[in-house]
Amino acid sequence: MRIFDPHIHMTSRTTDDYERMYAAGVRALVEPAFWLGQPRTSVGTFADYFDGLVGWEPFRAAQFGIRHHCTMALNPKEAGDPRCRPVLDLLPRYLEKDGVVAVGEVGYDSMTPEEDEVFAHQLALAAEHGLPALVHTPHRDKAAGTRRSLDVVRESGLPPGRVVIDHLNEVTVGLVAGTGCWMGFSIYPDTKMDEDRMVAVLREYGTERILVNSAADWGRSDPLKTVRTGEAMLAAGFTEDDVDRVLWRNPVEFYGQSGRLDLDTPAGGEALFAGNSVLRGTPRTTA
Amino acid sequence: MTGDGLVTREAARAELGLALDPVLSPDAAAWLGLARESVSGDPAAAAVLLPAVGRRCGRGPLPAPPGWSVDDAARVTLLLALPCTGEPLAARLADLYRFGDAHERRGVLRSLDALGAEVGHAALPLLHDALRSNDSRLVAAALGPYAAARLTGHAWRQAVLKCVFTGVPLALVAGLDERADAELARMMTDFARERTAAGRDVPPDVARFLEVR
Repeated sequence: MRIFDPHIHMTSRTTDDYERMYAAGVRALVEPAFWLGQPRTSVGTFADYFDGLVGWEPFRAAQFGIRHHCTMALNPKEAGDPRCRPVLDLLPRYLEKDGVVAVGEVGYDSMTPEEDEVFAHQLALAAEHGLPALVHTPHRDKAAGTRRSLDVVRESGLPPGRVVIDHLNEVTVGLVAGTGCWMGFSIYPDTKMDEDRMVAVLREYGTERILVNSAADWGRSDPLKTVRTGEAMLAAGFTEDDVDRVLWRNPVEFYGQSGRLDLDTPAGGEALFAGNSVLRGTPRTTA
Repeated sequence: MTGDGLVTREAARAELGLALDPVLSPDAAAWLGLARESVSGDPAAAAVLLPAVGRRCGRGPLPAPPGWSVDDAARVTLLLALPCTGEPLAARLADLYRFGDAHERRGVLRSLDALGAEVGHAALPLLHDALRSNDSRLVAAALGPYAAARLTGHAWRQAVLKCVFTGVPLALVAGLDERADAELARMMTDFARERTAAGRDVPPDVARFLEVR
């Protein structure tokens, strides 16, 4: 099973996770820029975070044989803070970096006028920079937030095939299915979706334009939920080809629209980043 | 241009043009030409053009200058089109370096071979940042003729020692023979002693300093 996790926050994960992900078949991923739990209060901390998303983190992933890409945006949770608003001025230059394959996460948290402005502005940036967009749907008032997000996408003029509406569930998937947008599902241990509910959605809606991610971050989450979903699909009678489509070919097709996916085997091994190797010496081999 | 000292913009442009002409595809050459025009009309355009150079022009090795890749040469070519000099040029380079990824930073550092003379000491903070980083790609790019001409003796010796530590070949350090002094030889000798005492290898680049002593 080859796996491309289209949404995972590796900055918050350990090297153990990278090892387990590689062993389970994960070979590529996308890390969307989001909030870090602790709110940021200045543009400088965003610049450092963005630098890490195109610098240190892809380097770290490569040490474990995994291709790392990212999306960049001012996220909905921080979009309402006037101290963070100038991040929008920083984005045009970061959206041109290698390894940036979409604008995101954009969308709504509390559906405020500030969030409206920042969302629409960033969809315009996606069009300008030739990038797809990753739209986060809110945890609270999700159905209304999903409908409103679809309206904003429609008004943006961005082709729906270049937009993924993420964190969908049984209630909201139907709103997106007929729009031409991609449908993203985050499989979590307790909340959002689980793998069996995901299988039921795939039975009803098919495998086209569906992305399945672990959305693993600093909260309780599991970077192997993509794998678990693949296993649940096989147990439910889906074919290996169906699993490959959902867990590899679909994310490659969606993010490939950026023209910036690089899926060659990464050169890890001996490389150093800022004098650090992450691996800290060669593992002992047992005879 | 790596080791023979600073050059003018015109000389650098000619040399890089010769190196790039045979390796750039027609599309890449056209893109680079347009990008140069944009930058010469509006220096702020470099902020979004510099990060795209690797994708547009390629990243393979160049036969010359030694240690340079196609994107290195293309980035420097782009920076040579900046229509400013002196303080505004230094400020522009500092901005591009701060918000650049490692490849862009290397391009800015390499551009100092030609632009260094126009900015005086103002680009020294970029060298100090690169040398603090321990990133071997940046350390190597920082130690061109601008560094040989401008770094203080202490900073320059520390940088050379860092090369030995991080595996940057000393052949890439500009002006090594001219600037090497008794203090650098002492530092290398102490380094070799420490390595030997720990039962570790002494890098071959260190040997020449031991003979000097």
